[in-house]
Amino acid sequence: MKNKFEIEFSALSQNEAFARMCIVSFLLPRDPTVGEINDIKTAVSEAVTNCIIHGYCGRSDGTVKMCASLDENDLYIEISDSGCGIEDIEAARKPLFTTKPECERSGMGFTVMEAFMDTLAVRSEKNIGTKVIMTKKLRG
Amino acid sequence: MDINCKKDGTTLLVSLSGDIDHHTAQEISDGIARSFRHSHCKNIVIDFTDVNFMDSSGIGMLIGRYKETEIFGGSLAAVSVSGELMKIFRLSGLNKIIDCYDNARLALSALKGDIYEKQI
Repeated sequence: MKNKFEIEFSALSQNEAFARMCIVSFLLPRDPTVGEINDIKTAVSEAVTNCIIHGYCGRSDGTVKMCASLDENDLYIEISDSGCGIEDIEAARKPLFTTKPECERSGMGFTVMEAFMDTLAVRSEKNIGTKVIMTKKLRG
Repeated sequence: MDINCKKDGTTLLVSLSGDIDHHTAQEISDGIARSFRHSHCKNIVIDFTDVNFMDSSGIGMLIGRYKETEIFGGSLAAVSVSGELMKIFRLSGLNKIIDCYDNARLALSALKGDIYEKQI
């Protein structure tokens, strides 16, 4: 049976932990492995952090949307913002790419999402926003 | 996030507990940097025993601390890095610049030049 949820929350950094807790709570009845839980919550944390830091550039009046569905073993997650968008998605997805070299940012966010999930798609439009779509097949 | 720092010779031993993400990384960076400056140490050992979660925000925080120890000719070491956290270490290459040990005693001995065994 397919299960799904959708939430929207303020683009505040304390909500990164909230987003992680939401996805973990959603997955627990499926009894995923500890490794799967950690991979998925790490990928979610990266995507939400990108919305807050890059999408809204630290502005707290924006919101982040997260929706997820689980159909048997197939997990689908969408995380989006209505922020400034990404000018060059290809460059942004490269390891160590960062637009904030003055901060202690590693530029590894998309690399982590790609490594920890099965698929990653990024759609973005300048001044409209960015949507990250990730999927993962649960095997545990 | 709790940050506890204590001095052992020329090494600052830092115990962290909680999650390391974008929300907490700046507080951790500032806390360690402040203690490191006041301690006049050259090495930093970070104990991850009570760290439940770390995303890529932790990578930036650790590289920042690595650079600080380098200035003083010291090293940054990590202790009790769980298998889940080690995935982030390996993916980012952190494990190539930060030596990891099973416990603080081994890390402190290694930094003093004693015989030691690294965490694999």
